[in-house]
Amino acid sequence: MIKLENLTVRAGGFRIENISFEIPTGSYGVLMGRTGSGKTTILEAICGLKQVLSGSICLMDREVTRKPPGERGIGFVPQDGSLFTTKTIRKHLAFGPTVHGWKSGDIVERVEELADDLGISHLLDRKPHGLSGGERQRVALGRALAVRPGVLCLDEPLSALDEETHGELIDLLKKVTVEHQVTVLHITHSPREAEQVGDLLFRIEEGKVIEVRANPVG
Amino acid sequence: MASLALMYLLLILLMLGADAWYGFTSVSGSELVDIFRQESVQHSILLTLFTCTVTAILSILVAVPTGYLLSRYQFPGKLLIDAILDMPIVLPPLVVGLSLLLLFNKFPTDTTSFEDLLNKVGIKVTFNVLAIILAQFSVACAFAVRTMRNTFDQISPRTEQVAQTLGCNRCGAFFRVVIPEAWRGISTAGTLAWTRAMGEFGPILVFAGAIPRKTEVLSSTVYLEISTGSLETAVVVSLMMVTIAVIVLVAVRMWDRGSQGGLYHD
Repeated sequence: MIKLENLTVRAGGFRIENISFEIPTGSYGVLMGRTGSGKTTILEAICGLKQVLSGSICLMDREVTRKPPGERGIGFVPQDGSLFTTKTIRKHLAFGPTVHGWKSGDIVERVEELADDLGISHLLDRKPHGLSGGERQRVALGRALAVRPGVLCLDEPLSALDEETHGELIDLLKKVTVEHQVTVLHITHSPREAEQVGDLLFRIEEGKVIEVRANPVG
Repeated sequence: MASLALMYLLLILLMLGADAWYGFTSVSGSELVDIFRQESVQHSILLTLFTCTVTAILSILVAVPTGYLLSRYQFPGKLLIDAILDMPIVLPPLVVGLSLLLLFNKFPTDTTSFEDLLNKVGIKVTFNVLAIILAQFSVACAFAVRTMRNTFDQISPRTEQVAQTLGCNRCGAFFRVVIPEAWRGISTAGTLAWTRAMGEFGPILVFAGAIPRKTEVLSSTVYLEISTGSLETAVVVSLMMVTIAVIVLVAVRMWDRGSQGGLYHD
């Protein structure tokens, strides 16, 4: 579950006030809004990357408003993937489990499992340079899911993809998020994309988040 | 545009060519051996290698955190601090040397200077090896800081943020993600500091002197040999400095390439 109550966040000279919404456990929420409306700021606050001035954030029934990003149980997929240029894809998938001190056998098993799920097994021993947009996002998704987070935050993950890859990734996102049983907040400015993936659609307008509707298609 | 670049390249090559031409036509093989047999020259070579290496290491240790702070954080007085850090680059080298000399020997007073305080605990700086390192560091570190800041500017903060969401604290994200990404910049900054330190002369002459077998480094050897009219030795030492600089630059580039590991390895 992702639950925001009266959240106020400041990012530079920009401020979003009294944001409240809830995405139930296991649901796929999509937050839409125009460029500059503050969608990414809200996502960053949930991830612990922006300081919260007031209000609260609960993730999977835990109050995490003041907790550091690593203790929130989230996976984060940025817009461009933000892959680590010096590490192989295998190291990307193993990064979270390694930081969390998993046993090496469990890490190997998890990496193989994720690579298989995401169709990137053939890329494991190479570095990100030269990967296509779709491949980059698959790797970023795998890296985010590696430590089995309860919540997945996706910041316009499909915005830079061509039409065909976009469709493939939509199918993959739906499949993987159901299989891995995560609660998702997906940011996009595309209503079509929101309709395709979301169970719950929210829109940010004039600094307020309103629930558009529960999406029967998503 | 290409012709202007070519002219500059030609100027550099002609300068080096003139040194080489003069060296090869004026110094015989036996004279060359004699020059390298001079104890002062041997000492000067070793001292140069030692001080430049210490300076490069110190510069990296200071430049990495300083460059990172300047690149990632906004704070009051940042512009001023940024400008101050560039001062050693724009100041005349002799002024840097004079400033160090005054700082250690006349500040705050003649009798209670830094040098006096350090002497009391058995550390001698002025006209000693430490003075060479300080003089080299004062200038070389500024170049290293500038290089590191540019390096960190080019690394997206998003990668660190992702690492934090994956369980790293800020320090962990810095060492696990930022440092590997900045590795090429660090090696460039270190090389730049090393070669800059080798080429440093003015501050060393003023603050450390050019005492044979004590504070004489290769750049001061060139100066001393020119002063005594021994142009041949000056040219040979100069060519040696060029050779060392080229070896260091090429070695670091090759090592750097190897450590990047191409497309498939860590």
